Amino acid sequence: MTELTHEATRTAEADAEADAAIEAESAAEAAETEVIGALTTSPDDRRRAAGTATLRRSRPAGPASTRPGGATGGASPGGGGPSERQTAFWRLVLPLRRAWRQLTSMRTAIVLLFLLALAAIPGSLLPQRNIDPLKVQQYLADHPSLGPFLDHLGGFAVFGSPWFAAVYLLLFVSLIGCLSSRVTWHAKALVGRPPKAPARPGRLGGQSWATGVEAAEAVELAAARLRRRRFRVATAPEGARTAKGAPDHSVAAEKGYLRETGNLLFHICLVLLLAGVGLGSWFGYQGTVLLATGDGFSNTLVSYDQFSQGRLVNVGKLPPFSMTMTNFHAAYEPNGEPKDFEAMVSYAPDLDTPNRTTTIRVNHPLKIGNAKVYLIGHGYAPHFVLRDAHGGIVWAGYQPCTPRDSQFTSTCTVKIGDAGLPATGPLHTPQQLAFSGVFTPTTVLDPAQGYVSTYPAATAPGLTITAYVGNLHINEGVPSNIYALDTSGLKQLSIGGPLGPGRQAQVLAVDNPKQRTVTGLPNGMTLDVDGVREFGTFQTKSDPFKGYVLIAAVGIIAGLLLSLRIRRRRIWVRATPAAGGGSLLEAGGLSRSDQDGFAAELASVIDELRAASPPVAEPEPTPAAEVAAEPASEPPPSPAPNRQEP
Amino acid sequence: MAVSETFAAASDHLFGSAMAVYAAGMLGYAAEFSFNRLGRRAEAEAFDVPAAAAARKEVPALVGAESAEGAEGAGTVVVDPAAEALAAARDREQARKDARAAAAAALADDGSAGLGGDEPPTGRARWVGRIAVALTVVGWALHVGSVVCRGIAANRVPWGNMYEFSSMLCLIAVTAFLVLLTRAHVRWLGVFVMVPVVLTLGFAGTVLYVPAGPLVPALNSYWLKIHVVAAITASGVYLVSAVTTVLFLLKDRWENRLADVAAGRAEASAAMRGRGGIVMRLPSAQALDRLTYRIIAFAFPVWTFAIIAGAIWAEAAWGRYWGWDPKETWSFITWVIYAAYLHARATAGWKGRRAATISLLGFTALFVDYYVVNLVISGLHSYAGVK
Repeated sequence: MTELTHEATRTAEADAEADAAIEAESAAEAAETEVIGALTTSPDDRRRAAGTATLRRSRPAGPASTRPGGATGGASPGGGGPSERQTAFWRLVLPLRRAWRQLTSMRTAIVLLFLLALAAIPGSLLPQRNIDPLKVQQYLADHPSLGPFLDHLGGFAVFGSPWFAAVYLLLFVSLIGCLSSRVTWHAKALVGRPPKAPARPGRLGGQSWATGVEAAEAVELAAARLRRRRFRVATAPEGARTAKGAPDHSVAAEKGYLRETGNLLFHICLVLLLAGVGLGSWFGYQGTVLLATGDGFSNTLVSYDQFSQGRLVNVGKLPPFSMTMTNFHAAYEPNGEPKDFEAMVSYAPDLDTPNRTTTIRVNHPLKIGNAKVYLIGHGYAPHFVLRDAHGGIVWAGYQPCTPRDSQFTSTCTVKIGDAGLPATGPLHTPQQLAFSGVFTPTTVLDPAQGYVSTYPAATAPGLTITAYVGNLHINEGVPSNIYALDTSGLKQLSIGGPLGPGRQAQVLAVDNPKQRTVTGLPNGMTLDVDGVREFGTFQTKSDPFKGYVLIAAVGIIAGLLLSLRIRRRRIWVRATPAAGGGSLLEAGGLSRSDQDGFAAELASVIDELRAASPPVAEPEPTPAAEVAAEPASEPPPSPAPNRQEP
Repeated sequence: MAVSETFAAASDHLFGSAMAVYAAGMLGYAAEFSFNRLGRRAEAEAFDVPAAAAARKEVPALVGAESAEGAEGAGTVVVDPAAEALAAARDREQARKDARAAAAAALADDGSAGLGGDEPPTGRARWVGRIAVALTVVGWALHVGSVVCRGIAANRVPWGNMYEFSSMLCLIAVTAFLVLLTRAHVRWLGVFVMVPVVLTLGFAGTVLYVPAGPLVPALNSYWLKIHVVAAITASGVYLVSAVTTVLFLLKDRWENRLADVAAGRAEASAAMRGRGGIVMRLPSAQALDRLTYRIIAFAFPVWTFAIIAGAIWAEAAWGRYWGWDPKETWSFITWVIYAAYLHARATAGWKGRRAATISLLGFTALFVDYYVVNLVISGLHSYAGVK
């Protein structure tokens, strides 16, 4: 029984210390993991962790002490101190505080992240208005009952909808709330000292050995070695005492603060990114314009074919640049696949600056101040000339045709509002001319399909054309699509041309002067299609906060790399003076984040410490049980060096 | 920009050969598994000890039951009552010491030590395993040759359509596995990584195949090399992490069942009795969990970079850095889910199975992002190249 008692006593004592150290570390780790997301735990967690309240009170950077309006002392569980909490003020504030803590907790962050992912899914499955409005129309037409219901819920504009905004705004509020406390905590950790060494650091995966060097000196040597390895070192001051009253010779070292710094940098940059995106959408604008060769535009609202702006953009004060497209060049592979498109433009960046020339090509926009002008599409614009019976020109112009396929078969619509035809009928209905046709840049007569285009370049341009007369309603103030013709109220004409007189449609060869005239129009008029130019569609985009978003993105990656690659670890060394000169050195450590590679680092640190304070020759190592069997008149001799516990 | 026919044909032949060699390597890894007898012995000891302990009054809960530590708890059967009490007390002490040792070890040990390094297979198993690794390396070289020939044939970087993406992705996954092999004893991972690799290559070579050709002009930018490389690298590494996550879930379930058996709460299954289970021979669930975390912690910044590079490229090409195009949306969803995984790993109560579930959800999102968005949903990103 003596055996057991001795063993039990010694074991119990050592165990108590080891328990305290390990419990302290794991409790601190548990507390810290809770704290990683938010600085406070929910009341349930704190009641569960109530046993570690003493430990928390001793930590200088206690979470609750940084809470605004937090209670004094801070570390007591939320349900404590009934006398304080009975006042009406606290009864109001407590639920809010609890809600705030719930919001800024890690669990809420995980749930909100999942909600964000879930909320983004319908945005990828349903057609979205800002990407493809035609598809949205098609969807509404195909689903007459489900479509409008989804529209009400914002299903076709998911990423601008209120519920999506609610999710990410909540997530960012949670993030900012957690960030503010965590930044303070990290700042305090950077300024403060690493936590004190436990009584037996060797139990934390380290080693202990007897050395001839005196305790104070051994500790100094260890501190110097650790400092050389760029640890932050805190030696116990002179005259410090352990809990038992013995002189305290110990060193606490910590490294890897950059991990937390990187983590905070990442999250702060996320907030900045969102701010940049939001500000960019408020101060940004974009507009599209179609320019045939020779046409130009200036950066004003009236010049654009389509324009949209953010809330805070002053449309009257857009940067006054202007641009003319002087030439357009498209290159194709022999099999018809596109190779490159470029538009030669002449532009003036400001009102009184001279013109400059440059080339805009796909992926290479023109940068003017804060805006960029992109080439986003192109097509063909044949030249139509309407002549009267005497050869005078009634109407002439380049009309862009809408490309329909990869060989640039394009549909053309020409509406001539005033062709000199008299009004008819009791209501003086105007008589206007319209032409509708299909333009083929390389025309080939296919026996099955008729005239088709086999190559996108304008090597043999042709136009299949039909003519209509009637009221086009274009002078009545009702907007209509200039690229589409509604033939319901119009009368189709029989026209003459290369295929002979009196036909419904004619096929013109634009390059052949003898085969490009349409005759048989009212009042003896003729239509010539005598040339073709290319047009380009350009988009001006301005987002003044793009640069800041980019900087935030770079910060995100930097913070991420730091927070995932750097380990936060602590190493402690304690020296106990041994009877008969020399001291017993114990060293051990703990990795606060993931553990890979730490054992190797600890081993190499211990090798260095052993080199600095070399171990003296020892008697043969004896098993612990036999040692304890001897009458213990002095503290037990140092156990054999080993990695695990004895 | 003519396509060189010889190199295109060479690329296709090398692709097929690489697949065949990978498949042979996969068989080799599987054979190593079945030949590995040492694993069976260690499991047997661990299994018998809890059965013997269950016969006594107090049953200490063993931590890390299937490693050598578990064998420590065995003791002698007591006859004399006083000695019995003493022995029981000793058992309690020992159990507490084991728990403490395990806790200290858990706090301070090196993650890779638990990855099977302490159980080297013997004889036949080891040779089969080495042959499997050699075959994998040969297959990897053939695969690299296939990709390089494809690039020479088409006169551009060889990642411009889905067939080429899939080929590169599998190449990255196998490279990641080989790199892991050099740093830890992860040969057991071989068969589990090779299965999805061979399947993906098969799908790519049959359904997704297109002959070598030039890029569409919109893809003709140096950003192609940056953004797509990062996306493919991250995806290949995520594939390996998905494999280890599945293995973790299997092993975790198995360990829970073993603990139930040790505590007498459940009957041993036929697989446990016959020691014929595959799961038995995998490293501990904790080691698998940590391996998964390390892999994802490597891939996550690469994926973030891929998204940001894509945004920069989109800004140069389309005029806006983010337009919620389906591809962009799904890559964002994948990012958010893996971010949730990293948060979960740092939250008490969410480690282990919950985090593993999140990792699988993230991989599902990645799968959708890669296959479903390209082949099913259409958008600006429809460069699948599949006719």
